[in-house]
Amino acid sequence: MRVILPLPEVLQRESSRALPVIRLSWRHGILLAGLLCLFTIAADAAGAAPVRSSVFAVLARWTPLLLHGFALNILISILSMAIGTALGAFLGLALISPDRPLRGAAWGVTQFFRNAPWLVLLFFMIFILPYHLHIGSFSFVLPDWSKAVIGLSLPVMANVAEIVRGGVQSIPKGQWEASESLGFTRHQQLWMIILPQAVRRMLPPWMNLYAILTTSTTLASIVGVNDVVTLAGQVLSAEGSRPDLLAPIYGYVLIMFYVYIYPIAWATRRLEHKYQVHN
Amino acid sequence: MVEPLLIIDNLHKRFAHVEVIKGVSLTVGKGEVACIIGPSGSGKSTLIRCVNALVPFEQGSIKVLGIEVNDPKLDKLQLRKHVGMVFQQYNLFPHRTALQNVMMAPIQVLKRNKPEVEAEAYALLKKVRLEGKEHSYPGELSGGQQQRVAIARSLAMKPDLMLFDEVTAALDPETVGEVLITIRQLAEEGMTCVLVTHEMGFAREVANEVYFTDRGVIVEHAPPASFFANPTDPRTKAFLSQVL
Repeated sequence: MRVILPLPEVLQRESSRALPVIRLSWRHGILLAGLLCLFTIAADAAGAAPVRSSVFAVLARWTPLLLHGFALNILISILSMAIGTALGAFLGLALISPDRPLRGAAWGVTQFFRNAPWLVLLFFMIFILPYHLHIGSFSFVLPDWSKAVIGLSLPVMANVAEIVRGGVQSIPKGQWEASESLGFTRHQQLWMIILPQAVRRMLPPWMNLYAILTTSTTLASIVGVNDVVTLAGQVLSAEGSRPDLLAPIYGYVLIMFYVYIYPIAWATRRLEHKYQVHN
Repeated sequence: MVEPLLIIDNLHKRFAHVEVIKGVSLTVGKGEVACIIGPSGSGKSTLIRCVNALVPFEQGSIKVLGIEVNDPKLDKLQLRKHVGMVFQQYNLFPHRTALQNVMMAPIQVLKRNKPEVEAEAYALLKKVRLEGKEHSYPGELSGGQQQRVAIARSLAMKPDLMLFDEVTAALDPETVGEVLITIRQLAEEGMTCVLVTHEMGFAREVANEVYFTDRGVIVEHAPPASFFANPTDPRTKAFLSQVL
């Protein structure tokens, strides 16, 4: 544990390239809902054959199934965020370690997982992890979605590491000097002085990362997880692959994500603003 | 001559290839006040940062109460119990109240019990005339008030030597006075102090010895009366004519 405690000298390195910031406003929601209605009405008007049910009826009929799929997306996002954050916290502390080899290794891991395409990491996990997992005499099937969780938690880990490093480095050097001259150990400096201040600054980028991760859970559909996008495709085929349903159904999925992510984006913006004023 | 508390002998400090301190020696006796003045970049701040081992140095010796700072096996905690430091930018912990700022080090570093430390912290804040501000956060205090909390925070460790690094340089002119009063009070109580300062009038009043540094060396030193009245070195004369 000692080697991963930062020294002030290590903290004067370049700041990181940030992830895109998700900026959603209520206008986006209205726009989406408007488009969905438009598509739906247009689709109804185009397909006038009496045997077909209206698009609204189709959406209503499949809503429970789609929500079920969406719940899996949320579950994947929460689990990957939890795992990624736990691992990323350690990796981030290693990034600011005074121990050069450890810092170098952490830097390599971080760069690799931050810059690798998320989908490639997902495919990698799907194929690298066994179908059956044996622990002692226990043997159980690893469902695909759990592999997706692991695959997505890797880029999350690397991004959290950067957030931790950036947060710690944003604390003025004087805080280290003052606490050091009062006799605090490096361990005490980090946990009592630096991190309590840094965590507040880490919160907005961390929430932004979660919003990005949530949208990225749809990648899991490509590797065969029954998430909301996969289910939307199945709904389409069940309805006889009507082309007029394409836009409404995927638009509907889009709205689910909007409704979930908008409050997060809003809270992130509020927090950013609040801490800007106070610091 | 009083018993020496701080002895700096032939100190050299290099940052990469630039030598910022080129052989400085000075002695401060117990209860004495030494003021270090000089132009920016003359190595004043680095000098006092060496004293409490915030900055390592290559050559020379610093002894505080007989503890050799230039010792690879130095017990830094032991040294820092004896040496308090106040910074130009206050460096209070912004997530803690004034009272908590003062109490933290004695409780966490010295492992003393809380009620006792708390009583002392109230007394210290009263001493720096901040009664009633105990539960304010640093962000709610003026610069002068923050700097006095910082002084109280250092005093809570019961140091034998106090280092002041341009502690009034970041303050509004009208709050400089309240901080200087606090430092003078300390000096009068017999606290050994080393001040890096630009306040010439203050140096003249409180110092036992004034040191003028330029480009990493002590050019001249003397008790304040003769230092300010009859500077001998041309560099000292030039500097004093600019600032006085």
